[in-house]
Amino acid sequence: MNRIYDFTLSLFAGVCGLLLIASVAVMLGFLVGQGGSVLGLKLIFGSTDFREIIDIILLRQVVINALWPALIGTFLLVFTALITALPLGLGVGVYLAEYAGKPAKVFFSLIFDLLAGVPSIVIGLFGFSVTIYLHSHFSDLMPCLLISGMSLALLVLPYLVRTTQSALEELPSALRVTSFALGAEKSSIILLVLLPQALPGIFSGIVLAIGRAAEDTAVIMLTGVVASAGIPRSIFDNYEALPFYIYHTASQFSNQHELQQGIGAALVLLIICTLLFTGAGLLRKKATHHFLYHSK
Amino acid sequence: MINRSGSIFSGHTFLLLLTAGCGLLILAVLGFMVFLGRPLFTADFFNLFMSSVWAPDQHLFGILPFVCGTLAIVILSLLIAFPLSLGNAVLINLLLPQLPAKFLYRIVKLMTGIPTVIYGFVGISLLVPFLREWSASGSGMSLLSAALLLALLISPTMILVFVESFTAIPQPHLNAVAALGGNVRHKLIYTLLPGAKNGIMTGLLLAAGRALGDTMIALMVAGNATAMPESLFASVRTLTAHIALVMAADFDSTEFRTIFICGIILYLGTLILTLTLRVFNRNGSKADLERGLS
Repeated sequence: MNRIYDFTLSLFAGVCGLLLIASVAVMLGFLVGQGGSVLGLKLIFGSTDFREIIDIILLRQVVINALWPALIGTFLLVFTALITALPLGLGVGVYLAEYAGKPAKVFFSLIFDLLAGVPSIVIGLFGFSVTIYLHSHFSDLMPCLLISGMSLALLVLPYLVRTTQSALEELPSALRVTSFALGAEKSSIILLVLLPQALPGIFSGIVLAIGRAAEDTAVIMLTGVVASAGIPRSIFDNYEALPFYIYHTASQFSNQHELQQGIGAALVLLIICTLLFTGAGLLRKKATHHFLYHSK
Repeated sequence: MINRSGSIFSGHTFLLLLTAGCGLLILAVLGFMVFLGRPLFTADFFNLFMSSVWAPDQHLFGILPFVCGTLAIVILSLLIAFPLSLGNAVLINLLLPQLPAKFLYRIVKLMTGIPTVIYGFVGISLLVPFLREWSASGSGMSLLSAALLLALLISPTMILVFVESFTAIPQPHLNAVAALGGNVRHKLIYTLLPGAKNGIMTGLLLAAGRALGDTMIALMVAGNATAMPESLFASVRTLTAHIALVMAADFDSTEFRTIFICGIILYLGTLILTLTLRVFNRNGSKADLERGLS
């Protein structure tokens, strides 16, 4: 009887493992099998002629039916989100790690955990309704790149706060004690000693935030992304983005070519995100190693 | 601002204000939804909005079907993902030799980085047509297809948390079981599962949060019908998908304002999950746990 139980347990676990790996394999197989062949310059620029590509990059020529505007849109979006969220995330992270007392720490980490869990569509709704509220009462602001970027900043803030905080807290206490014994002030210790040492950890948070901002669809859907806008002329313009391109294609495609473009876009986004998340993991590993062995 | 050490600018005060400001912003997300939804909070609120019929053209704004749709999708995806995750965690911690275990773990980590819109895209291209054939009725866009995909989305989070809490159990305890003649099954039942109780709850709560908050999968493959979910193959709409779908309506209409109720329900649901998570996991932060970073 016991043997049967043991066998059932192993069988069950094995089936679970196989199911998981098979699902991933089917997903990747589908994307690579269907989209691998379109992956290339033509997918991104709609052309393989180098002179045309240079014109496109220099904004002298408009791209139609290619990923370039969506790629640029995603890049600008991530950039806007990051320059908004980074100062806040670093500041809050430093405060929680170095200054906050126990009650403040408990309270604020709960608040940021809450933010980390709030559905992205709710954050998008917040960004959208603030914009509309301002629009009807004060200005002629409409959903645009800036609004999306700032909403995404709110979305990635908890990741930046948390990684900054734990990167500082994981530093060996000897570092703090030594600097203090040398007569340095707290603010200089943080700026000149602790933050530089915590950089790899902080960078892993930044990379993670980039990945999170690049993949999110729900926030931007409500705050200004459109299917075909071309390259935005300013931060108050509508824009295209890679994840929305994928969503839009999946629901609206009318022929095989458009579907292939969508699969190609999914593959490009998958590659970008995988690289970013792997990079974040490696940075974090490097950070831990650095503190453990004090190796450069 | 002059502090005791004599510097003109107090870093402490500045950072405290910054942190408090960010905290207020997070609470403002809820506050603003309540503020904009306030015309709806009348004596008739429950009759009007907690009914089960959504037909804006007949002035029926019941969002109960979406609440039930959300609950059904979350619960069903957890029912699928929990055994799957437990099996994989057992595989990684107990059954597989080091190298294959590491390989499986890597794959799970890799899965956390797959964008949700890609799950949705593959789901609509492969899973939906498959279920359409298999069930021989409906469009294939259903509660079941969304729950299956969501299960795939939330499993990596759960597996990572399970593996971590299994690993945290001291090796001597496992050695003791082995010395008493116990095998893998005994290790699992008498040491790992009781010892990792909090970890298992943490994983479940985190996964529930991700399933609750996901928009794209439900929006793309659940079908978005406005009726109450009646079977596994019924087309359902979640609260998140409802927010995304009603966006096109007139900003001042009652129909549009219902999305603030949906937003408030989602926010409060997240709050409850976050607070419950605290009971089971005092140290780890959600942001770390979700990506398996802690």
